[in-house]
Parts: sequence; C-alpha cells; structure tokens
Amino acid sequence: MSLLVEGRGLALVRGGQLLFEQMDVALVACEGLHLTGPNGCGKSSLIRLIAGLLTPAAGTIERGDAALADDSLALDRELALGKALAFWRGPRNAEAMAAFDLQPLADVPVRMLSTGQAQRARLARVMASGAPLWLLDEPLNGLDMASVARLDQAIANHRAAGGGVIIASHAPLAGQWRTVELAQ
Amino acid sequence: MIGALITREIRRGLAGAAWFPVAFFLLVAAIVPFAVGPDAKLLARIGGGALWIAALTAALLPIERLVEPDRADGILDQLALTGATEEGIAFAKIAGHWLTFGPLLMIAAIPASVLVGLDGPALVRAIIALTIGTPALAALAVTVAALTAGLPRAGSLAGLLLMPLAIPLVIFGAAASGAGQEGALKLEAAVALLTLAGAPFVTAAAIRAART
Repeated sequence: MSLLVEGRGLALVRGGQLLFEQMDVALVACEGLHLTGPNGCGKSSLIRLIAGLLTPAAGTIERGDAALADDSLALDRELALGKALAFWRGPRNAEAMAAFDLQPLADVPVRMLSTGQAQRARLARVMASGAPLWLLDEPLNGLDMASVARLDQAIANHRAAGGGVIIASHAPLAGQWRTVELAQ
Repeated sequence: MIGALITREIRRGLAGAAWFPVAFFLLVAAIVPFAVGPDAKLLARIGGGALWIAALTAALLPIERLVEPDRADGILDQLALTGATEEGIAFAKIAGHWLTFGPLLMIAAIPASVLVGLDGPALVRAIIALTIGTPALAALAVTVAALTAGLPRAGSLAGLLLMPLAIPLVIFGAAASGAGQEGALKLEAAVALLTLAGAPFVTAAAIRAART
C-alpha cells in the first residue's frame, strides 16, 4: 500500500500553546481519515500542518501532492466562477465543475456566490487539482442535502480511484472512516 | 504558474488601481510650482528631485492591495500547495506590479516634466533615471507590502518602512537626473540591482512568516 502522508512524533505550538505532541499520522491509498474533537483542539491546525503551511515544533512529515479546502475561498472575486477556477489550471477542472453542479454558475461572478455555492467551488477546486490527497476542513459547512450527497459521491469515487481524504468535521460522515479524536 | 501569476497581477492592476499612482504622481508634480513659486530657473534645478519625490509617494499608494488581499483570501496558501515557491510568487508579484506601475509613470513623466519646468535633455535624463529606478521602487513596494500584510494599520506602517529604504535610490536617482552625472546613474543602477536581487527573498520570508 502506498502511503499518501506519513507524519511521526508531530508536535504543534500555536500562540504559545501546545496543541498536541507525539502524534503520528499516516494515510494509505483508498483510506479516509476523520478528525474530530472539540473547538480549538487543533483539527484545522493539523490539516494546515499536513498541507505544509505550518511547521511542526517537533517530528517529521512527508507527503505527496495534496489539495486543501479550508475557510478561505482563494478565487478572484471579480472574475466569473468558471474563469476563477480555471486560474488554478486543475487537470480535472471540467469534471469537477460537473461533479459539484457548478456549470450553471460558470458565468456568475465569484463575489455573488452564496455560502453553499462558494463551498461547492472550494471543493471543486480540490477535486480539479487531480492531487491524490484531499485535505478538507469542515467541508459540510453551508452545504444543502443534495450537495452533501455530491460530496459523498466525489469522495467515494476519489477513494475508489486510489486517493485519500482527510476531513476535519464535527458532523458524522457517510461511508467508512477511520476516526481520530483530538483531545483538548 | 509564474506566467499565469504575472498575467493576473497585470489584470488586477489595470482593472482600476493602476491609474491612482499615476494621477498621484502628476498631482504632486503639479503642486511643486505652487509650493516653490514660478521661478523657472529654480524649478528647473529642483525639477528632477521633485519628480523623484512624486514617484516615491506614488509608489506608496498601491502597497495595500499588493499582498494582503491574497494572504487573507488564501491565494498564497493555495499557490504553495500547487508547488510554487514563495520566491517565485514574490518575483511574479514584483514583475507584474512593475509592468502596471513603471511604464505608466514614465509616460506621465513627460507632462510632469513640463509642470516642474524641465527642458528636453533634462526630461530624457529623468526618464532614463526613472526607467532604472522604478523596478526597484516596485520591488520595495512588494517587499514592504509582504512585511506588513495582516498587521493593523498596515498602510501607515508601510509608508514609514518604505521611505527610509528608498533613500539610497532617491539620492542617486535624483542626482542622475541632473546634467553630466553618469557616475550617479551607475550608482543608481547598482542600488536598483541590489534591491531587485534581494527583494524576492525578503518578500518570500515575510510571506512564510505571516502564516504562523
């Protein structure tokens, strides 16, 4: 089994506070990891650490290509959604827009999108990247029932194709997940 | 990705904000005769330096839109995930910013030189000095923008940071605008090169530091 991410003995300090230490994270192909825990326990920070945007205070982490959906949109607000997504040059852009039903919104400026539509755009950006590892921070925020079903389907397809997904979320997730609970 | 990023910087600059520094540059140049009086000889002598002060203040205007919006919106994070280095991002930002700042400023220098009473040869010297100096001004603006991104009162802080850093450039740039100052032009070029070479690395370090 190929490892998509492997972290050993990770510790993270933020704002002078130790969020966690001696943490091991590993994810193999086709696997899903669900991070849970109370607010402020470091779920989002762990996701950013895996993404390489934060540096661990101790430990090592290795990963292949990854794509991240967090609370920032990272799309140019003055552009139409189709063009804004195309900026990221995802090899699977058209497929991702179809998977999250974004083609009807392709000509709508990003600044006009609703919360749920913007969330679908974030998820489409991740899928479009073609990266084997998806890092999703609270991906269910703002999604309606139909969109949650679309996300579940996209995740199932991605894992079936050998990808891995790490989700930080309070909500229960559909399908088989290995759950890791971070303590306060 | 770097090419796409430069194109994006130019598109966002020309979408409106690129005209403000030029208008500001012309306004400052227009105020100089009012401030020092209509003495043509005096104006012609200080005209080159006045253009540099105008250029420096114009360089301050776009700072707040250069890095902070992209940091706040997660664009810088996403670029890092696509494998772009922070140095590459910084280079693209400097190149893209200069392309919407430098050429427009050099064109505006023609009417501005009339306002401050420069004659033909002096205008040519001033434009040559600005051609060499504006890339460094653009690099300083991006660097200061990255250093202050995310801080409260970033706009005022950026002004306080940029002005002292630009002093060597202004000394040699304004001197090179005078007659028979080839040495000053070479020194200006040296200062500009040093600034341009260092800026991407300082900017990259500032972008990384802003994440923690």
